[in-house]
Amino acid sequence: MRFFSVLKNGITDENPTFRLLIGMCPVLATSLAVTNGIGMGIAATFVLVGSNVIVAALRSIIPSKIRIPCFIVVIASFVTVVDLVMAAFTPGLHEVLGIFIPLIVVNCIILARAEAFASKHSVIASLADGIGMGLGFTFALTLLSAIREAIGTGTILAAPDFGFSGIHLFSQSYSPVMMLLPPGAFITLGLLIGLINTITRKK
Amino acid sequence: MAENQFIVSSSPHLRSEVSTPVIMRDVIIALLPPSFAGIYLFGFRALAVMIVGTLAAVITEAVIERATHRPVTIGDYSAAVAGLLLALVLPPDIPLWIVAVGSIVAIGVGKQVFGGLGHNPFNPALIGRAVLLASWPVAMTTWRWPVASAPWMGKGFDILTSATPLAALKLSGIKTPYGPLFWGTVAGSIGETSAIAVLIGAAYLLIRGHITWRIPGYYILTVAVLSLLFGQDPVFHVLAGGLLFGAFFMATDYVSTPVTPKGQAIFGIGCGVLTVLIRLYGGYPEGVCYSILIMDATTALLDRFTRPRKLGEVRRSA
Repeated sequence: MRFFSVLKNGITDENPTFRLLIGMCPVLATSLAVTNGIGMGIAATFVLVGSNVIVAALRSIIPSKIRIPCFIVVIASFVTVVDLVMAAFTPGLHEVLGIFIPLIVVNCIILARAEAFASKHSVIASLADGIGMGLGFTFALTLLSAIREAIGTGTILAAPDFGFSGIHLFSQSYSPVMMLLPPGAFITLGLLIGLINTITRKK
Repeated sequence: MAENQFIVSSSPHLRSEVSTPVIMRDVIIALLPPSFAGIYLFGFRALAVMIVGTLAAVITEAVIERATHRPVTIGDYSAAVAGLLLALVLPPDIPLWIVAVGSIVAIGVGKQVFGGLGHNPFNPALIGRAVLLASWPVAMTTWRWPVASAPWMGKGFDILTSATPLAALKLSGIKTPYGPLFWGTVAGSIGETSAIAVLIGAAYLLIRGHITWRIPGYYILTVAVLSLLFGQDPVFHVLAGGLLFGAFFMATDYVSTPVTPKGQAIFGIGCGVLTVLIRLYGGYPEGVCYSILIMDATTALLDRFTRPRKLGEVRRSA
């Protein structure tokens, strides 16, 4: 059952976005629409799981003095895979996420999990950690982008790559532009973290 | 019982009779001249904006405090002041639901998330205005010429939209004469256009001793001197836009501005420098709102570095 407790840890107690507050840059920049959020989340999850497993498998042969460059090589390989796959199958989303796909290489969640978890634990535990952290990141990004997309554009779940124009909630003329700007991301994230802390503190 | 004759308590031992409700009530009284000027100039639409702004702020404060099981403090008028201040820095024809959203944001995000009155690092009314300007830029920059100033228009026009004096100067190079700027017969936010009304309200606050001359004085002086240095008309830059209103009513907020005399001087000068830079080189025609918000962020630092030395205190050697 340790597998599931490690997995759950990434989604709740050590949620990278809401609890550890790491990897903020893509969270704030790509949470404009639910599609972007899920796309970014899945891309990061794939890289996270792959790099965690490989780093855990190689942990006994990676020399500790040059471990960071070794991690980066592993991570960068998976990012290249994701980058090319997305460019081929979801060109629109790839265009929107832009520089933030290659930037997964230096995403602090992935490097932090490689350094803090995968290099010290077994392959199975690292797999669980990768899935858990990835799901936690995807969940946080989806929640944040759902709020920003709904309030900021008056539409939700717009997915131009899949030919879906989204569910119309209210006229765009009422929607505050600020929700699509950086301040909207910061304010929404701050209020969400406050809300989550309030709810979890009572338990 | 000798021990009962000595009352042991911690400082402060002398308490002023002046309490938060008294100060806030005086601020509302001081805001009456700009409010009436706004109603006179822009008609009863301006009154509607003020009522909606104030009511939404008070209701938001009560609802949030009730929901978080804290004492409801709408009796100290601070929410009403924030709502009224916000309404006075909005255009007269702004949709009323936007005013309500602004008040909710001002009280909710600007004040209550930090713990209520006394804990907010930024001026709540200006937070509300900044959020509205970023959210609905068109509605927030649609200005109108005052009703009372154009009697020759007759009944032919219902409304005459126009740029504010600062926008007219920045975009078209047109300089508005001093007279209209002084009396307020120009386009602009409800409470900011009439310099004389703002000065009457400010004089009341100064005489009652609720604000000092320091922040507004240094602020306005800095704007005048800098605009002179940059080859602009200093009188125009002091009278135009929201400078006087912001300097006397926003930059003197007790909570979000420094308390030390030196800190207040630096605060005022900083606001003035930023305002002139935004007006002359920034993307917006007016910079009072952002200047004060930016300087609000430095308040804690200013207070720490300008703390006066206690009697007998020796400066710690570095």
